[in-house]
Amino acid sequence: MQQRAILTPSSKPIVPKHVHLQFDNLRGKWVVLAPESVFWPDEQSLEILKLCDGKTSVKAMIEHLAKQYAAPKSVIEPDVTEFLQEWSDKLLIRVI
Amino acid sequence: MPASGPPIGILAELTHRCPLQCPYCSNPADLLKSSSELNSKEWLNVFEQAADLGILQAHLSGGEPTVRRDLEQFIEYLDSRGIYTNLITAGVNLSEKRLNVLANCGLDHVQVSFQGARPETTELIGAYKNGHQKKLATAMSVRSAGLPLTINAPIHRHNIDEVPEFIDLAVELGAERLEIANVQYYGWAYLNRAALMPDIEAVHRQVDIVESAQASLKGILNIDFVVPDYYADYPKPCMGGWANDVLIVAPDGTVLPCHAAQTIDALDFDSVRKQSLQQIWQHSAALNKYRGFDWMEEPCRSCPRKELDFGGCRCQAYAITGRAEATDPACMISPDHKGLEQLATEFAHNPNFEFNYRRIKTRG
Ligand code: SF4
Ligand code: SF4
Repeated sequence: MQQRAILTPSSKPIVPKHVHLQFDNLRGKWVVLAPESVFWPDEQSLEILKLCDGKTSVKAMIEHLAKQYAAPKSVIEPDVTEFLQEWSDKLLIRVI
Repeated sequence: MPASGPPIGILAELTHRCPLQCPYCSNPADLLKSSSELNSKEWLNVFEQAADLGILQAHLSGGEPTVRRDLEQFIEYLDSRGIYTNLITAGVNLSEKRLNVLANCGLDHVQVSFQGARPETTELIGAYKNGHQKKLATAMSVRSAGLPLTINAPIHRHNIDEVPEFIDLAVELGAERLEIANVQYYGWAYLNRAALMPDIEAVHRQVDIVESAQASLKGILNIDFVVPDYYADYPKPCMGGWANDVLIVAPDGTVLPCHAAQTIDALDFDSVRKQSLQQIWQHSAALNKYRGFDWMEEPCRSCPRKELDFGGCRCQAYAITGRAEATDPACMISPDHKGLEQLATEFAHNPNFEFNYRRIKTRG
């Protein structure tokens, strides 16, 4: 049986093929299309999702976002980890 | 009220034809024959208009959508427009080969219904021989085609005790989602209420089982739970509000806000055979009738929950009270709620039943 994925700093999350992150021209915003659901990510979630490429580790994501938002890593980390774990639990991202 | 924005999804009922005969089918009691179905060109035109209108997801349903040999074309077109495609199938007539073709056309997700977690239940409810084995094979080929899988389990008193087995089945099949969907009593299910209604004790047992599985299978299987209306405290936000998020196109091109809307006799729905989808979405009198909040009466009108549940289901209000404007009797604030509970208890304890199986009326 499969196991629940628990994220660690070295995990590399990826948006699986069957979840579409795309820009909706008509509404002028990004959208996530998944089985039987539609999500409208806010700016911060979107930045995180764009880094879910299967190559960037959680640790590297946090470093990247800390730089981008000019905020200490300790502030960014809990938000990023919580978001990724929640999306992983909903099976909207996978962990490599 | 006219539409305030574009719809998010389209549910295309490609056909009413289906090899199964589930007595709770959400199709209308008056099933359409194949001769009245939109042809390939007409459907492609509907999808083009829907994409232009701004839909993001297309649910291809029926009846059994795979009886349409033009399904491939529809998926290919929708995919080319960046639309997420979801195939809703009973899974008894879909070969692995065709499934792979559909996947190559760009299909994104498949939902397979299971009438029972046990072969004999699946066979009894669907009235289709060896259906269970075929469904298992379909579910497995969905996974081997690399597509995400949802198992849909419509629940009533003949399979409510199989809920733990449904959960095991979904995990074994490697499904992402399981819908434990208690039957909603309109369409054929309304005709079969006395044969389908579970009793309150079984419903409570089910709630406990589902809640504990949701916790223990976190990150493995998403379980969506649709509670049974007749025993609910509050109604569901049916379809995310009348003509708000989703539009349904019936096999003959009639545009509806929900499966059962045609049971409300006073409403006249428009067809894509006569008007554009845009025109219908914006201006159809029947779609505008219960859109938004202005049509509401008390107690809904001044209730803070109206933004969450839109006052519940108009079809259920109509079926139970005779008035589509009434508060959905599934709501405990509705004056008709007590009556609904009593009705449920009576049905649930009716020992004699015979299914009124879903069948297309024979000509003549
Ligand atoms: S509910 Fe049963 S009869 Fe109705 S369309 Fe689905 S599989 Fe066919
Ligand atoms: S009164 Fe109306 S709006 Fe309030 S909870 Fe009941 S159905 Fe919903």
